[in-house]
Amino acid sequence: MTQPTAVSPEPLRALARARTRIAIQLTIIMIVVYFGFIMLIAFDKEFLGRIIVPGLSVGILLGALVIVASWVLTWIYVRWANAHYDSAIDALGRESRGAPR
Amino acid sequence: MNAQTAIGQPNAIAMVFFFVFIAITLGITYWAARRTRTTEHFYAAGRTVSPGQNGFALAGDYMSAASFLGIAGLVSTTGFDGLIYSTGWLVGWPVVLFLIAEPLRNLGKYTFADVVALRLRQVPVRIAAAIGTLATVTFYLIAQMVGAGGLIKLMFGLSYETAIIIVGAAMIAYVLFGGMLATTWVQIVKAVLLLSGAFLLALLVLAKFGFSPVALFNAAAVRFGSGVLAPGKLVANPLDAVSLGMALMFGTAGLPHILMRFYTVPDARAARTSVFYATGLIGFFYLLTFVLGFGAMVLVTPDAIKAVDKGGNMAAPLLAEFIGGTAFLGFIAAVAFATILAVVAGLALAGASALSHDLWVNVVKGGHASGHEELKVARAATVVLGVAAVLLGITFKGQNVAFMVSLAFAIAASGNFPALLMAIFWRRFSTAGAVASMLTGTLGTLLLIWLSPTIQVDVLHRAGAWFPLKNPALVTIPLAFLVGIVVSLLTATEGSIERDAHHERQMHLGTTA
Repeated sequence: MTQPTAVSPEPLRALARARTRIAIQLTIIMIVVYFGFIMLIAFDKEFLGRIIVPGLSVGILLGALVIVASWVLTWIYVRWANAHYDSAIDALGRESRGAPR
Repeated sequence: MNAQTAIGQPNAIAMVFFFVFIAITLGITYWAARRTRTTEHFYAAGRTVSPGQNGFALAGDYMSAASFLGIAGLVSTTGFDGLIYSTGWLVGWPVVLFLIAEPLRNLGKYTFADVVALRLRQVPVRIAAAIGTLATVTFYLIAQMVGAGGLIKLMFGLSYETAIIIVGAAMIAYVLFGGMLATTWVQIVKAVLLLSGAFLLALLVLAKFGFSPVALFNAAAVRFGSGVLAPGKLVANPLDAVSLGMALMFGTAGLPHILMRFYTVPDARAARTSVFYATGLIGFFYLLTFVLGFGAMVLVTPDAIKAVDKGGNMAAPLLAEFIGGTAFLGFIAAVAFATILAVVAGLALAGASALSHDLWVNVVKGGHASGHEELKVARAATVVLGVAAVLLGITFKGQNVAFMVSLAFAIAASGNFPALLMAIFWRRFSTAGAVASMLTGTLGTLLLIWLSPTIQVDVLHRAGAWFPLKNPALVTIPLAFLVGIVVSLLTATEGSIERDAHHERQMHLGTTA
């Protein structure tokens, strides 16, 4: 069992906070999008049944957009994590593996 | 039209496709068996699976026959309402990505209980987590087995019991000999087959409508009324809609066989990338099932679909037969069978890991068991689960088990997910809080399902039910969080500055750091 010793806790804590903040924000957006859709199904069936062009109702369009929203949100997170989180983690990881300090 | 269908008769082409699938997957199992020597191989494929492979394997584990046949069938008979399930089953994935995948990979070894128990007392937490895991796996497994028996009877003309025994035997063979490596590749092969089969079928359907889904939906609306494009009777009660949505969304993040897959990749970064691929593939698949459902509605018609199977589950196979004759029906039937096989293999492995890793090693042996012993116990547990799955499948023959998949999701969402989330993010979470939360979530879900119209009215045919909601997640998820928080605050803190700092480092840097 490797017992990491004294990684400077402050930068890690700041990074952890940043990741948690992004994760929670994106989760809330997903919840709002999906439960917004569910609430419309529950409370405004008439609106979802409205026809935009023959064959396409508001409900089907919004349902497809919920799927697209899932894709976009995962893409945003992965992009953020690849660009910012990983490099910061790498730097901290190097430090904790006992690089000269 | 249904007078002409070949469904229900032995289909030579389906048999050929299916035996080719069995031959390929057993070949994979033989190859994997020689590489499966340690527990790390057996549970986690030696942590060598690439993000792309794991993305397909996650999608393969998740796209069950229930979603392929069930959603296509639901859309073909009700139209829009099928979208409630498609979207609900997909939106769980971003939640898995944001909150669970990376910490799980860094904090655990083989099971999600590793993460919940990490900072807490092992024995009580492992027992409670194993109860949640086994309850989820068992109900999911019963639903798949009973579905498999009925499906294979319809499509191949085999007897129900024969079908169940074939599924059970293949599942045991994959997991027992090939462990996670074989299971992963079975999932990948199945995911590719299922996605390409569904894509080809959807393309052939859309070709009849000028490659325009909107033209297809319009043909359905012209023929069956514009009601098929609007929410219908499926969710009559607003609270039912929200409760079902919660079970679908948060259940994914508590499914043991899905969570286990994150240990097969080398690191947290690979876990993250694999969820990204899986979300793309699964979303694409659900869009395809929506097209297939409407295609079946217009081309096969709901009456013909219900004449073959009341639940509408044969919509996609009937559509394949309409478009491509017996040959295409045979292909889609074989794909559906392969789908069930792959999903039950993943479930058996998750159940076996709970029995061996969580219960045997960490409870019975107090964490002191050799890898060799653990591997033996895991293999024995696989056989026990396989035999149990066959017996349960035969016991529940002819029963209405449609509710069992949503029951499995409700248990996963209430019993497993809240405790896992709190164990990752809340340092004040205590042993008593974790145990209370998991038991409340799991047992509360079972109790409320029993008292709900799902069992009382649909299964037992009583006049009414004590609990009004069809799915209890609206009550049980908040309750599991509340109980976990209150009990943790009432018990002494088990934390220390040193322990919490270590936990935080491991969560972000992994064990190698």
